[in-house]
Amino acid sequence: MTQIFAYIPFSNGVAEDVAMEFPAAAAKIDKTASLTAVLTGSGPDLDKVANEMTGLYAEVIKIDNTALVYPNAEVVRKALLNIIPAGAIVLAAHNTFGMDLAPGLSIKMNAAYAADIVNFDGVEGTTLKASRQELGGAVSTHVAVDVSSGAVITIRPGSFTAVEGKTASGSVVDKSGNAGDLSAKRKFLEIVQAEVGDVDITKADVLVSIGRGIEEQENIEIAEELAKAMKTVVSCSRPIVDAKWLEKGRQVGTSGKTVKPKVYMAMGISGSFQHLGGLKGNPFIVAVNKNPKAPIFQVADIGIVANIIEFMPELTSAINDL
Amino acid sequence: MEILVCVKRVPDTAENEFELNSAGNDLDRGDLVYSVNEWDNYAVEEAIQIVDKTGGNVTVITVGDGESEEVLRREMAMGANNGILLSDDAFGGSDGKGIATILKAEIEKGKYDLILTGAQADEGAGQVGGMLAAMLDMPYASLVNKIEVGEGTIKVGREIEGGNQEMNEITLPCVLSIQTGINEPRYVGIRGIRKVASVEIPVKSASDLGLAADSVGKTGAKTRRIDYFTPDMGVGAEMLEGSTDEIIAKLIEKLKAKGGL
Repeated sequence: MTQIFAYIPFSNGVAEDVAMEFPAAAAKIDKTASLTAVLTGSGPDLDKVANEMTGLYAEVIKIDNTALVYPNAEVVRKALLNIIPAGAIVLAAHNTFGMDLAPGLSIKMNAAYAADIVNFDGVEGTTLKASRQELGGAVSTHVAVDVSSGAVITIRPGSFTAVEGKTASGSVVDKSGNAGDLSAKRKFLEIVQAEVGDVDITKADVLVSIGRGIEEQENIEIAEELAKAMKTVVSCSRPIVDAKWLEKGRQVGTSGKTVKPKVYMAMGISGSFQHLGGLKGNPFIVAVNKNPKAPIFQVADIGIVANIIEFMPELTSAINDL
Repeated sequence: MEILVCVKRVPDTAENEFELNSAGNDLDRGDLVYSVNEWDNYAVEEAIQIVDKTGGNVTVITVGDGESEEVLRREMAMGANNGILLSDDAFGGSDGKGIATILKAEIEKGKYDLILTGAQADEGAGQVGGMLAAMLDMPYASLVNKIEVGEGTIKVGREIEGGNQEMNEITLPCVLSIQTGINEPRYVGIRGIRKVASVEIPVKSASDLGLAADSVGKTGAKTRRIDYFTPDMGVGAEMLEGSTDEIIAKLIEKLKAKGGL
């Protein structure tokens, strides 16, 4: 029987949403598989989340060790290798922790690795069929994963239906004694909080958000004028911050701010999942992009194929004439 | 410090509209524009800046066909001292583990203090750096957006959710995957490329590396792409068409209705 272990990420005593999505992902891999939640950490926060997980998972393993208070992937990997049996499938989130942990774990388990999976089509024999995206979401692919010696798989948060309510009555198994040597050559020091900029994009009801389509730093003024006409501020996607054209506090996305506007003007933004991950509350999305195949058009409410450098000034003057 | 940077030639997402071929099982690759993976330019720039301070050499390496030589030359024009091309028909169809296995074979022939990769490339898996580190039994950190070099250790910042930064101390040698935004990669002009045009880049095959053919390539791969497809994403956006004036008039109506104006 297939054994699936889901690594549950949590912070401050609260499990991340993906913890509710692993059961649906596991069922799509193999309905008959056993599913076990694994949590590492220490103290009351760990116990609280582990107890909550018994409502979703038939078995919950906790590994309590002070070396695991902060989830340092190098340390967590060592603990997991002593707990998870050979040949098992390990699920983790494709987030900044999962990306740190999963590739190396797959090597140490001598297992297959599949990253950032958005759907599963089930196992036939020892081949698991799954779907993922490439090229920043521009194309989708099916992949075949040979799970005969196990697999480590990261799933994209938000891609599988979250379990609601209590669906299991499991129990917590304490495997702290099995964790083994947890020394590592990488030591966690501290978290440096993101700087707070001069503009708070998280409070805006409307955002004029710019991406690579802005082309030049001087063109940001064009977006500023549209934002002024719409009585709001300019936010952006990652490339604009990487180029140092706007400060980090203006970035919408999983590695930037989470925003909840009513209306989101996506100007020259292709629409990678990391960007869309920062967009909550189901806003009305207007996408303007010169590439008719831009992934943003799949999630937007209104789409316009145009060059934003030419389109935005026209829109600004039309709004100002109202 | 001796630094190795692993780079890759990829289709340029900013320059291409991706279409499936007529059989629907691959991209239509005929007219694709290729370039260096964006993340790799940041990794090479970081390596050059470190070596400028500490001394040493930057070597760029890639696994690919003959055309991948151009990306090595581009990174050498940035300031990398050496290039190595790992190329063999047997490498085709390798999965992430296969690529890491090929790189490891060459890395063990040298002595590197620091090995850098881009945080991810065209396939978006972000896997080779972490695999390589595990194979070499070196410590690893992904999504690195800050490096401070010390004595025998380095301090690295990782970009985590919400734009926060996780600071770590790591002993050398180690493997790091580099996130965009860590620096501002220098511009490379035609003159820079010309300067390195005649520098010899060694090409190494599976047998040069002592690799068993079945450990890499298609036969060694546990994860392989079956096909490309167009996902059913529902209805998608309502596309506004017509003259610019007509489009703007329709858009303003919608924005008024939704509280945008």
